[in-house]
Amino acid sequence: MIQNKEQPLIFERSRPGRVGHGLGDIDHTNEKVEDILPADYIREEEPELPEVSELQLIRHYTSLSTRNYGVDSGFYPLGSCTMKYNPKMNEDVARMPGFAHVHPYQPEEQVQGALEVMYHLQQSLAEITGMDEVTLQPAAGAQGEWTGLMMIRAFHEANGEKGRDKVIVPDSAHGTNPASAAVAGFTPVTVKTDERGLVDLDHLRELAGSDTAALMLTNPNTLGLFEEDIVEMAAIIHEAGGRLYYDGANSNAILGISRPGDMGFDVVHLNLHKTFTGPHGGGGPGSGPVGVKKELIPFLPKPVLQKTEKGFTWDSERPQSIGRVKPYYGNFGINLRAYTYIRTMGAEGLRKVSEYAVLNANYLMRRLEPYFDLPYNRHCKHEFVLSGKRQKKLGVKTLDMAKRLLDYGYHPPTIYFPINIEECMMMEPTETETKETLDEFADAMIQIAQEVEENPEIVQEAPHHTVVKRLDEALAARKPVLKYGDSNQD
Amino acid sequence: MDFRYLPMTPEDKKEMMESIGIQEIEELFSDIPESIQFKGEMNIAPPASEHDLMKELQTLSSRNMNVKDYPSFLGAGVYDHYIPSVVDHVLRRSEFYTAYTPYQAEISQGELQAIFEFQSMICELTNMEVANSSMYDGLTALAEAAVLAASESRMKKKKILVSEGLHPEGFEVLETYTDGLGLVVERIPLQEGKTDLEHLKQEIDDDTAAVILQYPNFVGSIEDLKEAEAIIHEHKALFIVSSNPLALGILAPPGNFGADIVVGDCQVFGIPAQMGGPHCGYFAVSKKLMRKIPGRLVGQTRDKEGTRGFVLTLQTREQHIRRDKATSNICSNQALNALAASVTMSALGKKGIRTMASANVKKAHLLKEKCKKAGLTIVHEQPVFNEFVIDMKQPVREVNQKLYQQGIIGGYDLAMSDHTKEGHMLVCVTELRTEEEMDHFVKTLEGLV
Repeated sequence: MIQNKEQPLIFERSRPGRVGHGLGDIDHTNEKVEDILPADYIREEEPELPEVSELQLIRHYTSLSTRNYGVDSGFYPLGSCTMKYNPKMNEDVARMPGFAHVHPYQPEEQVQGALEVMYHLQQSLAEITGMDEVTLQPAAGAQGEWTGLMMIRAFHEANGEKGRDKVIVPDSAHGTNPASAAVAGFTPVTVKTDERGLVDLDHLRELAGSDTAALMLTNPNTLGLFEEDIVEMAAIIHEAGGRLYYDGANSNAILGISRPGDMGFDVVHLNLHKTFTGPHGGGGPGSGPVGVKKELIPFLPKPVLQKTEKGFTWDSERPQSIGRVKPYYGNFGINLRAYTYIRTMGAEGLRKVSEYAVLNANYLMRRLEPYFDLPYNRHCKHEFVLSGKRQKKLGVKTLDMAKRLLDYGYHPPTIYFPINIEECMMMEPTETETKETLDEFADAMIQIAQEVEENPEIVQEAPHHTVVKRLDEALAARKPVLKYGDSNQD
Repeated sequence: MDFRYLPMTPEDKKEMMESIGIQEIEELFSDIPESIQFKGEMNIAPPASEHDLMKELQTLSSRNMNVKDYPSFLGAGVYDHYIPSVVDHVLRRSEFYTAYTPYQAEISQGELQAIFEFQSMICELTNMEVANSSMYDGLTALAEAAVLAASESRMKKKKILVSEGLHPEGFEVLETYTDGLGLVVERIPLQEGKTDLEHLKQEIDDDTAAVILQYPNFVGSIEDLKEAEAIIHEHKALFIVSSNPLALGILAPPGNFGADIVVGDCQVFGIPAQMGGPHCGYFAVSKKLMRKIPGRLVGQTRDKEGTRGFVLTLQTREQHIRRDKATSNICSNQALNALAASVTMSALGKKGIRTMASANVKKAHLLKEKCKKAGLTIVHEQPVFNEFVIDMKQPVREVNQKLYQQGIIGGYDLAMSDHTKEGHMLVCVTELRTEEEMDHFVKTLEGLV
């Protein structure tokens, strides 16, 4: 289907007098609001919300959806994001009325079924990560990081150690790591990556000391490599009195294979919208549960869910708790989807998930290796990084190749991250993709590498077949138009 | 066992391993030290068939009393409102829900435009100049607003004054957020159900980074934003309003009263209660704070052929660029729920939202009158949107037990967050409550006093 290049805003479809709601004669009382509320409380100008019929509304959003690309549309190897299939059953479960339409303040006896699911999910996640207890409260990975760091802070303070204000973060870390450390009141310090693509142990030894609060790490790291010195790293940090924080963004590689708790981590967050199939939703909602070892349990956000003889109850009497990080009990709707997934897979299935995610990544890496620079030539885990250095010498940037992939019908990999790799492309195929898909994608990448040599303009000018061409980001930032009615014009 | 989400065949596996040059998959994990390799099988429930698991979860679901089957008078920040059928039909479009953050603008125009429209609608409702693409929920948005206000003074101003009309969990979240940053949260009490502005005048000083009011406030009253604004801006503090966006369908918006930051939760727009989350925070600011707003922003621009398009913009504010200099670490937000809210606001339209908001005001008024007629004590006589407080003169949890036996979900027990409020029930009436349900509710309460 050929689409109109410009899609009208829903405001531009609006005509006075059309309605898209089914409120009916809801206003059956004879009273007027003006007789109930003082005149100066009442809004004079009506908000300019669109006036559209139900069909217009549906066509508008259907049309927008066709201008979007999801995992269901095609291959989406966005590194560090784990764009795996989102099971349809999970969506049905989340919409069951007894889950979708329960209020967080209903008395516990009215919501035992919901509490039971939450409790079992906590238990499963504790087992999967090798931790002693889990909270489901954090809304997403970044909030999980901050929650975990606040707990580590409270832990050190409870031990009378107030001088621990540094959080060590690898140079390859996701931007949320240093940002979370900063908003938790710490000063992040950066540890270097060595020529193996792993944390530089000597540098870590230099940095670790009496001011170390924690080391934050993903393992496998953002280069897709397993930090094989993790046991020694844990010893260095623990001997210095610090604690280890595990960023679960990359946990899709280790399910049933190696557990953060056994590696020496003290606090872990998981991104349920990555590893555990909560859909990414176009940028959320996610869910970022946090697991801890025994010594940190007193600091968990409150309330804490408990199983008692009377059933499941909330415990708010937690004097050492860091407090509440989010209203109510976390993103229950996403947690339900993760629970459904874990129950579908079981231990056997989850281990296979990681085995196949890693096999797929290694297969794709080896297929592409002859055509692009591979900074670290060793087995990767669930993802790997390539560098577009060779292509850049021919005048084609990684950004151009990413845009060219759009013409081939693929979502590009993560690009320019991690920031310590030049012209970086970070690819994570996930276990839900077939070999045929990986081969077709590899063929497209190889074709693009050839185009770079033979016809670079076609790559530099890409994309050619999308609903819009490359957009002027500088204009957007220089003269921001952030709502309907604003203008890029001076 | 076979797994429907895992397409690997034995043949593919063999071919792939050959091409990598390994004999066993385990070789790919040989860099994991032996001592930390997990042996055996994790102790979690075995894999369940689709049918069995569905049945089990249906049983668990049916063990919860849900607000669509039983009339609910429970609000306190999470509300039972009309959800148009169109909302879920749009959310089920998998191009939306199986996508991630729109990093690749050319194949994400649908999501980007939907967010741009969401930002526009929030600006319309609040009468503010800039709104972001969403936050986790209204109360974490509020906490981030307080942090933003303090960072505006380069963390020199340490005091955040907060009306006790704020949601009690808002205080809790705010305290956790500000704790790491050395900020101090001080409370301004209520007087007759509204913020005591005389008290505010005494407490506010040059060390005050921001003042926070909820509108309508937690006990239902509509605050006097105009008077508050004059006091707050006289001391150069930022004025933060936490507001139910549906109420702004009928109430004068905070932007009319000089609010600097307006936040709240769009759960009222087509998002089910789902045990408290995910909901959808919004965050709106005046133009002067545009470059300080947390989270993602979508802006309009042109492609090289002049066609209108949308991109993530002003990203230098965000964690992935600023890293440790960022004042917020938010990354994923609640995009899909922002879409739900947009669809709902579009379905309601400029007239429908007023109709729906007015119905809340009228029905709350009707129930209040019925309560009074039945001899029940209304705690504050203030204009309200859709909530008010009844003094039951007995523990609310016991009252709710009786209501439960009648198949009614009762109101919020204010003693849960403030023990001096024993017996005070915060009652909510949305446009969905019928007169019959109200009569049943009042009759049951009447029988208890």
